[in-house]
Amino acid sequence: MGRYVLRRLLQLIPVFFGTTFLIYCLVWAVPGDPFASKCGERGCPDSYVQLMTEKYHLDQSVFVQYYHYMLNLLHGDFGETYGGVQISSLISEAYPNTVKLAIVALIIEGVIGLTAGVLSGLRRNGFLDNLVLVSTLFLIALPIFVTGFVLQWLLGVQWGIVSPTVSSDVPFNELILPGFVLGSLSMAYIARLARTSIAENRRGDYVRTAIAKGLPMRRVVGIHLLRNSLIPVVTYLGTDLGALMGGAIITEGIFGINGIGRQVYQAIVTKEGATVVGIVVILVMVYLLMNLVVDILYAVLDPRIRYG
Amino acid sequence: MGDPTVSSMVTAAPGGASTIAGIEEPVSSGAAAPERRDKPRGLWGDAWRDLRRKPLFWISATIILLLLAMAAFPGLFTSVDPTHGDLSRSREGPSADAWFGYDVQGQDVFARIIYGTRASIVVSILATVGTALIGGAIGVLGGFRGGWADALLSRIADIFFGLPFLLGAIVILFTFNTPGSNKSTLNIELLVVTALVVLSWPLSMRIMRSSVLSAKHADYVLAARALGAGSGRIIFRHLIPNCLAPLLVYSTILIGSFIGAEATLAYLGVGLRSPVISWGIMIADSQEYIRVSPQLLLFPASFVVIAVLSFVTLGEAVREALDPKLR
Repeated sequence: MGRYVLRRLLQLIPVFFGTTFLIYCLVWAVPGDPFASKCGERGCPDSYVQLMTEKYHLDQSVFVQYYHYMLNLLHGDFGETYGGVQISSLISEAYPNTVKLAIVALIIEGVIGLTAGVLSGLRRNGFLDNLVLVSTLFLIALPIFVTGFVLQWLLGVQWGIVSPTVSSDVPFNELILPGFVLGSLSMAYIARLARTSIAENRRGDYVRTAIAKGLPMRRVVGIHLLRNSLIPVVTYLGTDLGALMGGAIITEGIFGINGIGRQVYQAIVTKEGATVVGIVVILVMVYLLMNLVVDILYAVLDPRIRYG
Repeated sequence: MGDPTVSSMVTAAPGGASTIAGIEEPVSSGAAAPERRDKPRGLWGDAWRDLRRKPLFWISATIILLLLAMAAFPGLFTSVDPTHGDLSRSREGPSADAWFGYDVQGQDVFARIIYGTRASIVVSILATVGTALIGGAIGVLGGFRGGWADALLSRIADIFFGLPFLLGAIVILFTFNTPGSNKSTLNIELLVVTALVVLSWPLSMRIMRSSVLSAKHADYVLAARALGAGSGRIIFRHLIPNCLAPLLVYSTILIGSFIGAEATLAYLGVGLRSPVISWGIMIADSQEYIRVSPQLLLFPASFVVIAVLSFVTLGEAVREALDPKLR
């Protein structure tokens, strides 16, 4: 186990550097002048250009730049925007909102998806099963921004049940609709995953034994069946948390939430290279670490899996 | 979008489909010549027999054919010029003249949807073909070679896999397709296709690699090698035909998700943009007017949903037909 974790951690290192370097090149090796639209109509004063060039090593090759950037990053310095705002403060301001949204989305998709999946898996080919199959297919087919717009328009504007946008201090009750929108796709996958897994395990010998022993159905399902069927769902939820933290660009945009996804999109639009790289580095780190945690969790949950 | 998640839908395919392929292969290649009546059917013959009985397969296949026809010959479905705008009828609701109403510029929404099919379908099919070719080739290479080549290719795939899809697409397209630059239509379409391919080949590669890995030690491969076949012949004559099924199923589903992805990128302003007509652009243009005329959003959005739905359904139907566990 310990050796497996260590090996996975070592594997993480080249992937981390590779991904961040790729992003760094894409952002900084952009053809064109990085100062082109930074200082209004008159263009940037020479002293400013000089200062920035020196600070970010813009006159050297992209490898040197990347090296210096990573060196600073290891000291906890994410650099600053062209306006002089510390990127780390920008991130620490926006990230809690994203985490809140991701947690709300995860809870909603977990509860609804699991319930639907378990119920339909227990009664295959029933009315509920077909309903779940059709509705999940529909959710998979809907692009997330369509779901967002339609629900915002219907629930927020037409019926006035919820507020169509989220206020600046991001209370949890206003996050329910955005959380639902953000989690809708994964909800469908969780429902399907749970359904297949339950339906497969239901035919297992241990379930037949439990029923034959005369255990009440509630116990057979709750203790024996659920435990064994939830392994793929739990691992999926873990990977999804990593994805949710970075994939909220659209949802945050539609509902006006000041989160990390919106920050990174704005930074891309205004060509704030340092901000883009800083945020993406964090997102990639979260994503990779979540994947690692999931893999370890998998080994813990399912002792049948052995790692060399 | 949802690339890691789609894998969960196809996980059942690789092991199952390739094992049956392994069993059937010598039969189907040996008895390919017409032998009348009870000749043994191959994997695809079995699947086809299964598919023919499924209404969902016929429905989705019909819709897809219709969409392809709309993409190829938009003139057959409407005689209205999609670019002709008349501001006096701006944002008029649906009527007998214009089934879906008019947009802000007074252009016929129905005609625009018909003409927009081409861009959406072409981009997603090209991107899927690119993904399948690149991912498949690298997967075969890694799985067949093994050793350090496999390790290297897998790590490179990991690097691309580590990029969140939407974020990566935005960064790539923003770098090469800066809004406001005047690139030609073809150029932008190719850029969007490239961005989609670059970000989604790792999953195709993993699917192909795992099915090649499980087929590599099958008896028919050993037999071919014992008969003196070279690596090239084994790969092209034996491995690829037998390992293709999971990749094809995944690709069908992928076309659907690429239609959605194209719309999303256009909505964010980094994908296709006018004067090209595409569903994503129509949705993006409608977002400012959603409170007063929601039909501008709902009609193109429902076409996106129908298209995605039919490709996903078709993919699932084929997967179920190929999966021996469900027989």
